[in-house]
Amino acid sequence: MYKLWASIHKEFLLLIRDLGGLTILFVMPLVLVITITLIQDSSFKSVQQTKIPILIVDNDKGMISENIFEGLRNQKLFEVIVKEKESEVEKLVFKGTYQLAIVIPKNLSKDLELKISRNVEGVLAGFGFEDDETSATKIEISTKEVRLYFDPALQPSFKTSIKSGIDKMISKIETESIYKAFQEQLSDDDSSFTFNSEKFITFNEITPKLKEDEVLPNSAQHNVPAWTLFAIFFIIVPLSINMVKEKSQGTFVRLRTNPVSYSIVLAGKTVVFLSVCLIQFFLMVLIGVYLFPVLELPTLSVSGKLFPAFIVALFSGLAAVGLGLLLGTVAKSQEQAAPFGATFVVVLAALGGVWVPVFMMPTIMQFTSSVSPMNWGLNAFYDVFLRSGGLLEILPDILLLFLFFLVTTLISIIYNTKKNAV
Amino acid sequence: MLHIQKLSKKYKGADYFSVSNLDLEILKGEIFGVLGPNGAGKTTLISMLCSLIKPTSGTFTINNLDYTNNKKELKQLIGIVPQEYALYPSLTAYENLSYFGSMYGLQGKVLKERIHLYLEKMGLLEFANKKIEIFSGGMKRRINLIASILHQPKILFLDEPTVGVDVQSKNVIIDHLKQLNKEGTTIVYTSHHLNEAEHFCSRVAIIDNGKIILKGKPKELISSNEKAHNLEDVFIRYTGKELRDHV
Repeated sequence: MYKLWASIHKEFLLLIRDLGGLTILFVMPLVLVITITLIQDSSFKSVQQTKIPILIVDNDKGMISENIFEGLRNQKLFEVIVKEKESEVEKLVFKGTYQLAIVIPKNLSKDLELKISRNVEGVLAGFGFEDDETSATKIEISTKEVRLYFDPALQPSFKTSIKSGIDKMISKIETESIYKAFQEQLSDDDSSFTFNSEKFITFNEITPKLKEDEVLPNSAQHNVPAWTLFAIFFIIVPLSINMVKEKSQGTFVRLRTNPVSYSIVLAGKTVVFLSVCLIQFFLMVLIGVYLFPVLELPTLSVSGKLFPAFIVALFSGLAAVGLGLLLGTVAKSQEQAAPFGATFVVVLAALGGVWVPVFMMPTIMQFTSSVSPMNWGLNAFYDVFLRSGGLLEILPDILLLFLFFLVTTLISIIYNTKKNAV
Repeated sequence: MLHIQKLSKKYKGADYFSVSNLDLEILKGEIFGVLGPNGAGKTTLISMLCSLIKPTSGTFTINNLDYTNNKKELKQLIGIVPQEYALYPSLTAYENLSYFGSMYGLQGKVLKERIHLYLEKMGLLEFANKKIEIFSGGMKRRINLIASILHQPKILFLDEPTVGVDVQSKNVIIDHLKQLNKEGTTIVYTSHHLNEAEHFCSRVAIIDNGKIILKGKPKELISSNEKAHNLEDVFIRYTGKELRDHV
């Protein structure tokens, strides 16, 4: 026991003597989580608050284009800039000066009106309401095309959401026009009868509840756990470097001649580096709770979640330390350990679903993700922070994380024993 | 004290034995010098005796304990002073010694007193709380030695303990080793400083190509070789003047 305590003390001293490294260890994850949350939150806000400039070429100058203008303004999402020529907007958007443009075709209102009138008259004629000789049936109406221009650098997801928004708006205008046409055909007096064109079906998002409080997902609830986990797993870099340094300094050779087992040496490192992970976790939580509101970011809600979140951090830390011990045991130089460790954490984070949700990944990647410790950790954190899960819900994931720690540590011990067998 | 029988070591991929069928008996209380040119097998021999590498064949006992079945006990009996400074540069001299002493099971007052004692003997007490990274080569060598003797081993292996140090540090190290030997520690030592070995060792063995080619008391070896004035003459006569560069 005394040897373990001495090992812990030594590791602690080595850690605090490297002030630069220690600062990086604690400050960089904080910088990371603040930066990512600020970016994500601001892009979310930009969609909600900051207006996106949109170029419009109105060749229609009719009721439809008026409705499009009104619809865009009502959405409070776009700042409408009217341009005259399609060639001009094409150049501006493709150069990246503006992100999108809409070109409304000529006679859109007139032709839509005609088309709807023809359809409505046709329907009513079937019921014997109208004459079969109207102007609308005689004219050929060509399909109309609303042309959209997007900045090529625009992200596909953003493009898709804009497209669907405009499509929705035009469908609404089309529906309202149909209602209006029926109304005009069925009644001479506009005020006598009106179709109710209000939405009949609405959507209501039901969020999980913790006791009686509703848990509203926000960028803090997403980012703090995800990037805390990322920071926790980054411990494999300093830990493996610490172990490789011992080999190059010769202290590891001395330890091998000492009557001390490799597991005691690893246990000393585990305690100290796990403590670093937990301090990282608490710092992340503190900035989520206290600094985020100051930066006008959503506050991290930890009410009733702190203990299960701590458990997740503890077991994620163990898994990360286990991986670091294995890398430090196998690596022969810092040149092997540092780049491999850093890249591997990024790969694990990608597999774990930190950037792209696992359900959106291809099947093979989803399977790979299911055996990634960062995925288990992230799932457990999301269970706590977003799904209001308790200890029972996180139990499968933390068991997997603990098993991962045991397996990696055991492999380290076996590898070291075989390699240095005398 | 140390009984070596037919000890051999051939490294993976090598086409020759670094140590070949080596037999040697080192008595309790001896200062035994293992001398030889570069690549002769000195460090390999010491590494096997300190359980750092596995012999290809053969065996040895220390204090009648066979190395295969008594690894833990043997580790407590031996001390090794490696060629490189096996110390943590960012820790102080005291912290390094405290840690390595603890690994031998020393703790509390005993550990503190021993660290104090050896630092004082080596003239380093005033630097106890300074980091190793600011120490000179000679100071590091002395701390390296203390880290290996805190547990008062029965047998001490030293691999080039005075390489790269000034005369003053070398004298302190040699004097202290003589003192340890007087107190009962058997010393096995490798060196390229033949003059140092001649005066320091009670017996030496010259090894070349993994085999002992000559052994005995330095004075007897010199007197039994015509035209030899010192151990270096004997050494050159038996190992030749050619360079020993091989990998």
